[in-house]
Amino acid sequence: MKGEATFSNKFLPYLLVAPQIIVTAVFFVWPAVQAIQQSVLRSDPFGFHTTFVGLANFKALFADPYYLGAIRLTFVFSAAVVVAALSAGLLLAVMANRPLRGANVYKTLLIWPYALAPAIAGVLWLFLFQPSIGILARALQSIGVHWNYTLNGGQALLIVVLASVWKQVSYNFIFFLAGLQAIPKSLIEAAKVDGAGSTRAFWSIVFPLLAPTTFFLVVMNTVYAFFDTFGAIDALTKGGPGKATETMVYKLYVDGFKNFKINSSAAQSVVLMVLVILLTAFQFRFIERRVHYV
Amino acid sequence: MKRKRVSRNWFAHLVLIVGVAVLVFPVYMAFIGSTHDAATIGRGRLPLTPGTHMAENYVQAWAYGTGERVSGTPVRIMMTNSLLMAVVIAVGKITVSILAAYAVVFFRFPLRMFFFWLIFITLMLPLEVRIIPSYKVVADLGLLNSLAGLTLPVMVSATGTLLFRQVFLTIPKELLDAAKIDGAGPMRCLWSIILPLGRPSIAALFVILFVYGWNQYLWPLLITTEKNMDTIVIGIVKMLGTSESLMDWNLVMATTVMAMAVPIVVVILFQKWLVKGLVETEK
Repeated sequence: MKGEATFSNKFLPYLLVAPQIIVTAVFFVWPAVQAIQQSVLRSDPFGFHTTFVGLANFKALFADPYYLGAIRLTFVFSAAVVVAALSAGLLLAVMANRPLRGANVYKTLLIWPYALAPAIAGVLWLFLFQPSIGILARALQSIGVHWNYTLNGGQALLIVVLASVWKQVSYNFIFFLAGLQAIPKSLIEAAKVDGAGSTRAFWSIVFPLLAPTTFFLVVMNTVYAFFDTFGAIDALTKGGPGKATETMVYKLYVDGFKNFKINSSAAQSVVLMVLVILLTAFQFRFIERRVHYV
Repeated sequence: MKRKRVSRNWFAHLVLIVGVAVLVFPVYMAFIGSTHDAATIGRGRLPLTPGTHMAENYVQAWAYGTGERVSGTPVRIMMTNSLLMAVVIAVGKITVSILAAYAVVFFRFPLRMFFFWLIFITLMLPLEVRIIPSYKVVADLGLLNSLAGLTLPVMVSATGTLLFRQVFLTIPKELLDAAKIDGAGPMRCLWSIILPLGRPSIAALFVILFVYGWNQYLWPLLITTEKNMDTIVIGIVKMLGTSESLMDWNLVMATTVMAMAVPIVVVILFQKWLVKGLVETEK
């Protein structure tokens, strides 16, 4: 961003940034400000009266056992998705990074699920596990498992986690593979000369060098689990049974668009904003550190 | 030593084959479901091999979208909507990002850093977080059920601008200075020097944004209430409704297979660009 300007036009640069600034102002700044504003107001259902209530909406939110439940659920759900999707992606990337016959075919066959929407992943898994017609549901029932995720909250959570992980593995695979390919082979050879086995070489050399990729993916997968999995949940369980799969974003949607609790949902938006800002700050810390040790 | 390597490779093949099988199986079963009739699926005895109703299922889903126990929108309409949405999002965001990045990198003007930071902070708040006020803004502007309402808010994001900023910073200034001496103005330089040099990044970003646009879910769900505005991803979930066992699963699966086919083909064809673009954009 330093140095002299290449061109010296006075008005042209404003014209050039205008489209992005206008779109950002209208569809980003304005809504974000409104969310913050609504979160400290209380309106009657018809919108005739609006009063300033300070942090009362937030106090009500954090006194609401359903919201606390949604927070707990979101963290359990996200942790499960992040850990499972990262482990599977890493395992497959390590295997595909070996000099195998047909390695490129494997890569293509592992990358394509990137193309699918979480909602589509939800539909595919619904078709397999729908209690009366799904073939895997029938298989489970035939070996004595009482499989019915429309009644059993734990099973509902499991199926939503599985569909979300299934869709995300290829994203992690792409990044881990790129990370592995950037590690000089000579480093690993040197470790082997020193007598380290493959497993030992992986955990003491390769894995630490992948740390930047892993941190980046932890952040991206957390964002995915928080926000993008909405489609999978909507296709599979709609937050049910009961509130068993109602994450924070799903609750925000239900409260805002089904129950019309505008002020409460605005407060929920602000809570999510704070979480995302913390997550972004966390990410930047690690990106900064990475510059030093690579 | 040699034997050890062979056995290790055997293990790697096994892990990769199991991984591929787990990824492919749900899609394979969706395809199988789309080749049987509704009754076969409804009995819960779906075979693992294709049936004989493939052609009629696909024709019905494509042309009508409605069966005996499911009423959807024809796939040809939803597919057009999805295609339009994905292309407009991709082209729109790339255009807007290139212009802004060009201004920020090659011009010096008051408020330049303010604009840059304004664009930058959009990284922090995904659309889902500000969904209700965004909906209200779009409704107030009268953009519900319109292509503009569907695509403009999705274009708000700094990723494109940051990517092009990085690309433009690597372009040697001498190149532009030479063009200037030859009498080329800033727009001419953008068109005949910057854009050709940025082509690989543009292509990569196009693939990423096309898939991103095609897969939009929450936003179109809110913004489109008319049936012939449905995108295909929304349309499938709407077809599911609530009575999940008694319905024309064959049509739902035929629709699902068509909905997946487009982005999967795009990703496989442009795999190299996609991987390069992802690794560069998001870091």
